[in-house]
Amino acid sequence: MTGAGTTGALVEVDGLTIDFPTQSGTVRAVDGLGFTLEKGKALGLVGESGSGKSATAFSLLGLHRGTGAELTGSVRVAGTDVLNAPDAELRRLRGARAALVFQDPLSSLDPYYAVGDQIAEVYRVHTGASRKAARRRAVESLDRVGIPDAARRARARPHEFSGGMRQRALIAMALSCSPDLLVADEPTTALDVTVQAQILDLLHELRTETGMALLLVTHDLGVVAGSVDDVLVMREGREVERGPVDRVLGAPGRPYTRELLGAVPRLEAPGPPRTVSDPEILVSVDGLGRDFGRRGSRVRAVEDVSLEIRRGETLGVVGESGSGKTTLGRMLVRLLEPTSGRLVLDGRDITRLSERRLRPFRREMQMVFQDPASSLNPRRCIGESIADPLRAEGALTEREIVARARELLERVGLDPDWYERHPHEFSGGQRQRVGIARALAPKPRLLVCDEPVSALDVTTQAQVMRLLGELREEFGLTLVFIAHDLAVVRQVSDRVAVMRQGRVVEQGAADAVYDSPRHPYTKGLLAAVPVLDPRESAARRRARRALAAN
Amino acid sequence: MSADTLVADEAGPAVAAAVPASGARHVWRRLRARRGTVAAAAVIALLTLTAWAAPALTALEGQDPDAYHDTLVDSAAGGVPKGSFGGVSTDHWLGVEPGTGRDLFARLITGARVSLSVAVGATLVQVLIGVAVGLLAGLGPRRVDSLLSRATDVMLALPHLVFAIALLAVVPSGFPRPVLLALVIALLGWAGTSKIVRAQTLTLKSLDHVAAARLGGSGPWRVARRELLPSLAAPVITYGAILLPTNIVVEAGLSFLGVGVKPPTPSWGQMLSTATMWFRADPMYVLLPAALLFVTVLAFTVLGDGVRTALDPRAASRLGVGTSKGAGR
Amino acid sequence: MTGHLLRRLAGMVLVLFALSALVYALFYLMPGDPARLACGPRCNTIQVESVRGQLGLNDPVPAQYWHFLQGIAAGHDYSTGTSVQHCGAPCFGLSYQNDQQVTDLITQRLPVTGSLALGAMVIWLLLGIGTGLLSALRRGGLTERVLTLLTLAGTATPVFIVGLLLMMLFCAHLRWLPFPTYVPFTEDPEQWAWNLLLPWVALALVESAKYARLTRSSMLETLAEDHIRTFRAHGVGERGIVGRHALRGALPPVIALSALDFGTMFGGAVLTESMFGLPGVGQLLVRSVKAVDLPVVVALVLVTGFFVVVANALADVLYAVADRRVVLT
Repeated sequence: MTGAGTTGALVEVDGLTIDFPTQSGTVRAVDGLGFTLEKGKALGLVGESGSGKSATAFSLLGLHRGTGAELTGSVRVAGTDVLNAPDAELRRLRGARAALVFQDPLSSLDPYYAVGDQIAEVYRVHTGASRKAARRRAVESLDRVGIPDAARRARARPHEFSGGMRQRALIAMALSCSPDLLVADEPTTALDVTVQAQILDLLHELRTETGMALLLVTHDLGVVAGSVDDVLVMREGREVERGPVDRVLGAPGRPYTRELLGAVPRLEAPGPPRTVSDPEILVSVDGLGRDFGRRGSRVRAVEDVSLEIRRGETLGVVGESGSGKTTLGRMLVRLLEPTSGRLVLDGRDITRLSERRLRPFRREMQMVFQDPASSLNPRRCIGESIADPLRAEGALTEREIVARARELLERVGLDPDWYERHPHEFSGGQRQRVGIARALAPKPRLLVCDEPVSALDVTTQAQVMRLLGELREEFGLTLVFIAHDLAVVRQVSDRVAVMRQGRVVEQGAADAVYDSPRHPYTKGLLAAVPVLDPRESAARRRARRALAAN
Repeated sequence: MSADTLVADEAGPAVAAAVPASGARHVWRRLRARRGTVAAAAVIALLTLTAWAAPALTALEGQDPDAYHDTLVDSAAGGVPKGSFGGVSTDHWLGVEPGTGRDLFARLITGARVSLSVAVGATLVQVLIGVAVGLLAGLGPRRVDSLLSRATDVMLALPHLVFAIALLAVVPSGFPRPVLLALVIALLGWAGTSKIVRAQTLTLKSLDHVAAARLGGSGPWRVARRELLPSLAAPVITYGAILLPTNIVVEAGLSFLGVGVKPPTPSWGQMLSTATMWFRADPMYVLLPAALLFVTVLAFTVLGDGVRTALDPRAASRLGVGTSKGAGR
Repeated sequence: MTGHLLRRLAGMVLVLFALSALVYALFYLMPGDPARLACGPRCNTIQVESVRGQLGLNDPVPAQYWHFLQGIAAGHDYSTGTSVQHCGAPCFGLSYQNDQQVTDLITQRLPVTGSLALGAMVIWLLLGIGTGLLSALRRGGLTERVLTLLTLAGTATPVFIVGLLLMMLFCAHLRWLPFPTYVPFTEDPEQWAWNLLLPWVALALVESAKYARLTRSSMLETLAEDHIRTFRAHGVGERGIVGRHALRGALPPVIALSALDFGTMFGGAVLTESMFGLPGVGQLLVRSVKAVDLPVVVALVLVTGFFVVVANALADVLYAVADRRVVLT
């Protein structure tokens, strides 16, 4: 990477500072950031939430205008002084020379117009082309990003597209005017891992083909590994480390980068397999199914799932969105009633027990939820939330209940004196710890964790995972760990079940499933997982392409 | 589905700061921060005080709202009050009513009493019915829900004013009129509240902390009391605050049409109805009740707006439209 | 879509049945003797009994209700002593006051109500949507604050206050406009419009406030959506963004509300009509209620209910058509 201030660079950012005024004073999102991006090169902007990476990306196109944010420093993109350019000049830059791809492809397209028309509109704004020419261009772009039957699909509205297709359409819109720079803000975060791989491959292909520069913003180090030349690691608005991608990921120079890399869960086995001594079966599931909706629009969320979970073991359940893994988890703790099949807990059939008859069993099966924000009642202090199951049980005195809740808080790594605090005073990771403490309060035997760490940053993720591992041993828990992230699942699971469209397509010992998958779906899933080594990542991309060519 | 939440935080501190803090203290601070809201609250406090002390105030003036004063109106001119500004004098602070010569100040503040109590009563009953029906629909089995939802839709579809007029006409005259008015307004207007409560209950019910409470062994009653009702308070209070001014207008409208409060009980709507015949000869008689009614309704509207913004700044824009269905026509 | 319409239609028929039964029960089974009312105050007992026989009031109640429904569906013959009067479908019976057919009474008055509704609606849609858009686009400026204040005041004012003040100003004081009377459009279009101008404006001023608020909040919500940001990021100018994308997203709720209001208006703008003395449906209702003319009241409630129910269904369909994201089920 050349030094800042060199003429001829496509993007030159120098001393950039972004302040957001809030009710409680200004918050500095970006603090004295500087970098350059040469024509045709790719830079990855990596950081955890609150690092200011998205704010930086938006500032390249001047999207902060009218939002109240205050910017100082200088931002030059393709010869335009973004911070000071008049609105008209800025509009000529946006979309034509530099284009942006947003994170959420559904909400980023106008629901009322055909996808092709939306792309044509952008093209016409910048080229003044005729309607017909613009429409032709839109079809070309859609075709280029790999949308089959583009001429017909161009007339469809966004909601008729799948998530991956929408993201392709957004990329097509960005490409329509052949920009010199593509800024992609978390372009694959809302997508499944297989679709993520496809989109990343597409971006890579387009870049080599058109020679445009790419600024890729992401929280996921695995995403940048195979897609960029240089990486800039950000934290709290400042640069931590910058350099060629293989150097930064291979031999990080800063402790924070090392910490970040260390926290990323790997697909490799965490160590020798645990020995689960108890052969007794705690939960047995036989032909379990669940439908949603009424006749006419019935959806099978889970279909004919059979599993056995032994006492003390950890079963990992992986699957992409819509695979039915959450529905299965909720049935295991009987938050949902199965429509078919049998669910046996410790020899007792609890498939159809009424809510009232179920209550004595409730304490034995608990759940940790995905979203720490909605899983705690915002109007009650956290101690009360933890104490609630103990109260409902009615076996302990008030003093014992409070003492027990404080003990649990301490055990999950929180200060017991925070008993009286409310959820909004805590970070996501801390809230998840409270959620775990609450689930442990009734001393359950089975703990179902539904995406417990997916809403957390990687460093927090690693800490919570470590905590869960410890508690599992200490409380002798039987764990069902549900997640979309294959690497996370591998870290804790003794056995793994892979779900797809409501069914379990493959299950077995974790090592067997990960190291020698049998089902093609599992193979595809594993091949799509981003890896941290750039060379390995490139090799995998070639392998995927070969697989697709067949 | 996975990391959405993660990156939502990422949009920057601006977004994080826009998430309002809940809790009574914060709401109170936001309420007080708006000058308009404070002014409206002051006006309402003054009005309420006046209405409450109306008997004492009329006694202080030395007048009776129902006493006729033939000598104060010019019967030759058709009953126009003698003297300037509708007969303002030290005995009659705001003049007298044309035709009858009754004291205007006494009638206006007694009218405030009627207007406010009918509106407040109606709102309370409305909200109570609405919350009960909405909760039952939201928590009950599917069949109960669809039955109640249908009933709510029918209630919403009823031409309210037409029905109210008709209902008020058929109830025998022995029934205390203000109570009847409040009841009729309430019985016709609970559907909006119940719809909101039902929707809110369904949303809350699907939240994970409710699921967690169920897993913790809490029964349905305990879940409703601890997890649902506290979160329902905000939307219900908001909706009530929006309903109140609407109900004042409805009461005034019904009395204007002559089916509301029966004479001789004074009411602003009724006074304005009589005033349609006098506005050329005695403009004061139009302007005073009109101004009072306007100020009252405006103050309650501004307060309702303030309450709404204070309780939930983000959802503020969505509520409160189309609630005054045809009430003011 | 067709399936949805059919189901909706079936639902409408059900609602109307429920409505008719409810209305029938309410008004015919309430205290007070319909026969005596129909006969008039000077009838003796024997005459009352003969009227009772003519009206079929000796039949069991379900039979009476059945006759009532029959009349609506197929018409009815009435013998008024000497002659036989045929009352064609839909027949709601005869008015107690003057033996006129209720259906005729209503159809005579529909043009008045229709004229008032249409003219006012055109004004309030233009005014309301325009104001709403302006205050959404000039957000944060002085224009927005003034407009917000005006719309708040508008929602807080009952139509009779606006009407009275306008009449005082333009008819009594400035003498620019005539005191409104209804002149049929077919007779003299110019006088028709000239006379209705004041009622139109009064009604429109009040109603437009609601539309301004809805348009503003809907517009702001749309402008905050992600896809607006997409087009901004691709260099589309403000005019394109507002005109093509924001407006398209903001209008569906406004269209749905218009459809609803259009239906409600056929129940008569009761207050406006009474205030300006226009012989519309609303005025008929108020008069019939005061005269306890039950057949007219029942018929009016049913007719109004019919229009409202139809408008509700229309609003749903329009909303779904306008907002492609909604799937009708």
